[in-house]
Amino acid sequence: MIRDITIGQYYQTDSVIHKLDPRVKLAGTVIFLISLFLGRSIPLYAAGGLFLAAVIKTSKVPFRFIVKGLKAVVFVLVFSAVFNLFLTQGTVLVRIWKLTITWEGLVTALYMVIRLMMLIIGSSLLTLTTTPNNLTDGLEKALGFLKIFRLPVHEVAMMMAIALRFIPLLIEETDKIMKAQTARGADFEHGNLIQKAKAMVPLLVPLFISAFRRANDLAMAMEARCYRGGTGRTKMKPLKYKKQDLIAYLVLFGYLAVMIVIRNVLPVF
Amino acid sequence: MSIIADKISHIYDRGSGNETYALKNVSFAIEDGEFIGLIGHTGSGKSTLIQHLNGLVRATEGTVYYNGQDIYDPEYNMKELRRHVGLVFQYPEHQLFETEIFKDVCFGPLNLGLSEKDAQFRAFDALRQVGLEENLYYQSPFDLSGGQKRRVAIAGVLAMKPDVLILDEPTAGLDPKGRDEILDYIAKLHEETGITIILVSHSMEDVAKYVSRIMVMNRGELLYDDTPKNVFTHYQELEEVGLAAPQVTYLMAELRKRGVNVPLNVTTVEEAAKEILKVMK
Repeated sequence: MIRDITIGQYYQTDSVIHKLDPRVKLAGTVIFLISLFLGRSIPLYAAGGLFLAAVIKTSKVPFRFIVKGLKAVVFVLVFSAVFNLFLTQGTVLVRIWKLTITWEGLVTALYMVIRLMMLIIGSSLLTLTTTPNNLTDGLEKALGFLKIFRLPVHEVAMMMAIALRFIPLLIEETDKIMKAQTARGADFEHGNLIQKAKAMVPLLVPLFISAFRRANDLAMAMEARCYRGGTGRTKMKPLKYKKQDLIAYLVLFGYLAVMIVIRNVLPVF
Repeated sequence: MSIIADKISHIYDRGSGNETYALKNVSFAIEDGEFIGLIGHTGSGKSTLIQHLNGLVRATEGTVYYNGQDIYDPEYNMKELRRHVGLVFQYPEHQLFETEIFKDVCFGPLNLGLSEKDAQFRAFDALRQVGLEENLYYQSPFDLSGGQKRRVAIAGVLAMKPDVLILDEPTAGLDPKGRDEILDYIAKLHEETGITIILVSHSMEDVAKYVSRIMVMNRGELLYDDTPKNVFTHYQELEEVGLAAPQVTYLMAELRKRGVNVPLNVTTVEEAAKEILKVMK
C-alpha cells in the first residue's frame, strides 16, 4: 500500500521526452503550471488536458503508473473538493441539514479537482522522465544566474537531488519497519486518534534513526570521493542544447500562445 | 501438525503483462518442534515466503494453514497468529525504539494485552535466554554493540513466547564470533523449549551444523526439501543456483574422485573426520 507512492520516482524507458535537456523539461513544467492558472474554462482545460495527454503518450510512461502516484494525494483532492462544494456562496442546489451545495460550489470543486490532478501529473512527469542526476544538473544550470546574489545554487540543487533519491528508500524502510513492528503485535490501523498517534512512535523513531544513519553514510562516501561543493567542479557531460531541445521549446511556447488565445477569445464559463 | 503451506504463489503486478512470481506454487508442512533451515540466493523468495507464514503478506494463490485453520478465513484472528508465529526480520536491531532495552523487549508482550508485570517477567526471561548481561537491561539500546543490539531485538520477539520462531538471516553483518554466539543461543533455545524454529540463511555452513531439515528456494520455487545430508549430495545443482554445500562436502567429493571410499553425505567437520579415520584404518 505504502509502496504505491510514486512521487519523485524515475521511470526508466527510452523516449523523446526522456532524452530532452532537463532545462527544457523544467521550463515545460513551469509553462504548463502557468497555463493552468491562466483562467477557468472548458476549452482551456480541454486544451491543457490534451497537451498533457500528448506529452504522456510521447514519454512512454504507462498511464497506470502515473495514476498510481495520484492515490497518495486523494485525501488532498477530496479535502479541497469538499470545502469548495459546501463553502461557496451562490444559487442553492441542495440543502442537507445545515449544509448547502451551490451550483457555483459544484463548478469550483470540479475545476479545482481537475486542476490539481493536472498539476500533480504534470509535475510528476518531470521526475518520471528525468534522472535525479540530470535534474540537478538542469536546476543548477537554469538557476545559475542566482550565483551573483551569492546563493549556493549548486549545494541547493544537490540537496534536492539527494532528497529525491531518498524518497523511495525511506518508503521502503517504512514498509519494513511497519511489518517488523506488526510482527511484534503493533497495531497501526485501529484505535482513536491518540492511540494511533502513540502507535506511530515505534515506527517513527527507527525511521529517523535509519534516515540519519543513511545520511551519515552518504556524507562519508561523498567525503571519501573528495566532494567539496560546487566551486571548481567540472562536468563530465556538460549540458548542451540539441536540435530536439529547440523544437521542444518551440512546441512549449506555441502551447502557451494557444492557451492565451483560448483564454482571451473563447467565452469564460 | 503446525504450519501447512498449500500451493502458495505470490505474484507482483498481476494482470499488467509483466507479472513476476515472487513465489510459485510452494507447498510444505512443518511439524511441531522442527528445526528447519531455509536457504536460497538473494531474491530467491525466502524472505517473502516467511512473511506469508504469519500473515504479513497475503498469498495471491493458495492458502496457509496454522494448526489446521485457514489463516485467510475472514473470521481468523491474525493478531493471535502473530502471537504464535514470531518473526525476526533481517537486521532486527533497526526496529529498536525505546529509551531502555528492557522497555523495548516489553513492547511485544504489552501489545498482546498482558499486564505490566507479566510483560516484565517475560522480558526478563527472554533477555536471559539470549544471554544479555543484567547490568545492561536499563541502558539505551543504541549504546550497545551490533551483536548485542541484535540479541535484544530477538529477545523482543521471544518475549511474546511464540510456538514457531522464524529468523531471517539472524547472522547477517556480524563477525564470526557474534555469528556463532547467536546461532548457539538459537540452538540452545530449540533444545530447551522445543519450539519450532525456521532459520533463514544463505550460508549452508551456518545452517548445516544445527538444523534437521533444509528447504532450498530458487526463483520463488522450492527446489529441495530434505535432510541436510540428502540436500548436500546435490552440491553440483546447488552451485548452479548460486549456493554452495559446506566445504567438507567438497573435500569428500575430492577424496572419492581420488579413490578413497568415503561417503558423500556428511555435513560437519567432526563427521567428516570420523568417516575419513574409518576408511584410513
